[in-house]
Amino acid sequence: MQLTVWTYEGPPHVGAMRVATAMTDVHYVLHAPQGDTYADLLFTMIERREKRPPVTYTTFKARDLGSDTAALFKSTLESAHERFKPAAMLVGASCTGELIQDDPAGLAKAANLPCPVIPLELPSYQRKENWGAGETFYQIVRHLAALEEDQPVAEKPQGRAPRCNILGATALGFRHRDDVMEITKLLKENGIEVSVVAPLGASAADIARLPDADFNVLLYPEIGEQAARWLKRTHGQDYTTTVPIGVGATREFVAEVRRLAGLDALPDRSDAGRLPWFSRSVDSTYLTGKRVFVFGDATHAVAAARVATEEFGFELVGLGTYSREQARAVREAAAAHGLTALITDDYLDVEQAIAEAEPELVLGTQMERHIAKRLGIGCAVISAPVHVQDYPARYSPQMGFEGANVLWDSWVHPLVMGLEEHLLGMFREDFEFSDTAKPSHLGPGERVSEAPAAEPALRPLAEEGPIRIWSADAEAELKKIPFFVRGKARKNTERFAAERGLAEITLETLYDAKAHFAR
Amino acid sequence: MSVHTLPLPKAGCAEPDIIRERGQHEVFCGLTGIVWLHRKIQDAFFLVVGSRTCAHLLQSAAGVMIFAEPRFGTAVMEERDLAGMADANEELDKVVARLLDRRPDIKMLFLVGSCPSEVIKLDLSRAAERLSRHYSPEVRVLNYTGSGIETTFTEGEDRCLAALVPELPDATSEAPELLVVGALADVVEDQFARLFAEIGIERVRFLPPRNSRELPAVGPNTRFLLAQPFLGETARCLTERGARHIPAPFPLGAEGTTAWLGAAARAFGADPMAFRHATAAAEARAKRALQPFRDEMAGKTIFFMPDSQLEVPLARMLSRELGMEPIEVGTPYLHRAHLAEELKLLGSDVQLSEGQDVERQLDRVRASRPDVTVCGLGLANPLEADGLTTKWSIELIFTPIQGYDQASDLAGLFARPFDRKTRLRV
Repeated sequence: MQLTVWTYEGPPHVGAMRVATAMTDVHYVLHAPQGDTYADLLFTMIERREKRPPVTYTTFKARDLGSDTAALFKSTLESAHERFKPAAMLVGASCTGELIQDDPAGLAKAANLPCPVIPLELPSYQRKENWGAGETFYQIVRHLAALEEDQPVAEKPQGRAPRCNILGATALGFRHRDDVMEITKLLKENGIEVSVVAPLGASAADIARLPDADFNVLLYPEIGEQAARWLKRTHGQDYTTTVPIGVGATREFVAEVRRLAGLDALPDRSDAGRLPWFSRSVDSTYLTGKRVFVFGDATHAVAAARVATEEFGFELVGLGTYSREQARAVREAAAAHGLTALITDDYLDVEQAIAEAEPELVLGTQMERHIAKRLGIGCAVISAPVHVQDYPARYSPQMGFEGANVLWDSWVHPLVMGLEEHLLGMFREDFEFSDTAKPSHLGPGERVSEAPAAEPALRPLAEEGPIRIWSADAEAELKKIPFFVRGKARKNTERFAAERGLAEITLETLYDAKAHFAR
Repeated sequence: MSVHTLPLPKAGCAEPDIIRERGQHEVFCGLTGIVWLHRKIQDAFFLVVGSRTCAHLLQSAAGVMIFAEPRFGTAVMEERDLAGMADANEELDKVVARLLDRRPDIKMLFLVGSCPSEVIKLDLSRAAERLSRHYSPEVRVLNYTGSGIETTFTEGEDRCLAALVPELPDATSEAPELLVVGALADVVEDQFARLFAEIGIERVRFLPPRNSRELPAVGPNTRFLLAQPFLGETARCLTERGARHIPAPFPLGAEGTTAWLGAAARAFGADPMAFRHATAAAEARAKRALQPFRDEMAGKTIFFMPDSQLEVPLARMLSRELGMEPIEVGTPYLHRAHLAEELKLLGSDVQLSEGQDVERQLDRVRASRPDVTVCGLGLANPLEADGLTTKWSIELIFTPIQGYDQASDLAGLFARPFDRKTRLRV
């Protein structure tokens, strides 16, 4: 048993719901007790969907157990088919349904419905949401895009424009709506048609058309990779391996799709949105070497680490993911930055790692937003799980060149503006630039001096070393250092004093340490 | 559809024709009660023994509370826990040891059963006894079920309070004592405490208490008043301890609050003049505050989808005090005895429904096109997209709505969706 307060991912059947809800004419019958319908509100509230997810729950209760839950499943399946008349159905069990072992697959077969019924085996006690979404999409593709016997693979007719599918976007995906639009536009600019986007917006018939395309664009490996591999094996379609987040990755992605489409390589284009110029403009100089901690799903975390270092000029001080299935990619990326990846789904581990790394900016999920708030650090969201404000009304992709513009604005915003940072150093004793004033771009108001001490955490943070005694004037001098580097200065000075066996930290010690650690 | 008839209530009110349905229920399970119970009992921790789904539900229902070091968590069962029983108990002991070690402020620990823990027959009551022996006197460990197979939404509170009843000390005094049962917002509880004092009922305690060390006593001299309609099991357990129930409608609206306080006043033989003196001004104030809402809401039709068991008292308040017209009042469970006073006031011509087949019920909603539909968050936006006005029901649990000074807030919850409709021009 694992003690859990916050979970980065839901159970695997929620992943299956994300795929079913993304599609247009598929219905999911879920063997589940009363109460599991809570997941509906993720779609209707957080993503603000105008329709209920296409999911029917058997809603078994205690009195049904030991009697005929199997009959209940069968009658629920039949009446759902009768009412919704879907083109295909998914059947499976939630975590409790799995325990009562009713075999939805066999029961669905016996019901002999006049549409394809796809059974889902989603082990709730080993796997999680993204895996469930990936497995569900794979099963749908495998069932609906299978080769008819003796059907030759269609040759691409002469002169037809190259065609691809876009794989992996789902309901409740972080910015999936706008990423698909942005990448579709980018492909079109390169003379490549998009045949099918799936699962997002696809019908069962669209899934059957997947093999007609020349290759696949895989946007979200967590969800689409298994299906992409099967399509490669079965239908000989290659798929892209670059996730186009950031300017550099987008350029590489364009080169990759042109190669897969059989088009000539483009000369190096400077047309890459505004990020490159914004990043070179002098106001951005202050971003150089800013310490950033990155955590999220594997795809977004690895992409953000690259963008943060190569395109913003930040220093990466932490990289991690909750996606255990993709841990290897994150470990490799972290190693390239001389870091050890943090692979965990326990937010307390993440909180501890952030506190120890002392970053100036955190890029993470909804949970890191709260951790950063507690630690008084700026934060931007780069990955699910996210809350309602990260399903925005305005166009806000993460991918492509417009996505890079969006990243620029949203990552720089939480930092103190360059000029303001300069003024804080210059007039640090001025009452209007004092620590207690909030950064001006965050509106009027007082800065919360100390994060309010919450109730003790379930686990204490790292053991503090021996606290050195600070002389009054050294303590006063420390207060003159801008708040966003003060913690680091305090720690460095104490470490410096400890290494030299000094009992007290004086003004001299403070400046000796500053010289020693000069950044 | 299985229809089983219940014995007729003795109250003698007309037996209305009740729609009883089973099928998909679009409701929360009892675990959701933890979201407000853990704020109420300030030194209690609620440990759900369940699956990732349970943790995910709590996270979805608790919204931002999750970020405030909440006093609840889930011991998520993994595959190896499902292999054998002994192992699961050892694992649970380890989790509890770790938890109590980190949180010395916890004085009461609830082990909360879930669907998965019940299906694998993990005996949490024995686990609670074992752990209680180990950790007493510092920490008391109790157990109840909040599973979806056993409980709907607010029934989780019922099971939790019922688990507290055996822990209550025996009442030693001869004097009669009033026990108000059901978690209320602190501000409401304080208002009621002041009103009871003015009425002349001196000894009043509340269940649940704000602190696990201040459990109210119970015995044959205890008369209890239910502040919430969903407390059938708790009432039964209190009756077994010798306490006697004071039948009353629930304290929603000006009329409901007066009737509720009045039932207690009569049971305690309070001076009627003192009662009028204590309540008249507050009641008049509440009625004045309701008047503008009445002008706006009178004649509007309302459809309740089942959620919390508050539906019948709410329908009574909205129809009698604001002049609204209930089309159908759905409730997950209809406790005939506890709702007897409400049903008398509501009138017998209102269509009641118990349980749910959500698709059929939505057919009825679409056919009757009510002016406002009270429903859960999974249904609200889809119904709005169909052009209907909705009021999402969970807010009726998370907002202080009981008592005189919250009557207009309660009316406001139903009026606001209309207000918004009239403002928007896009």
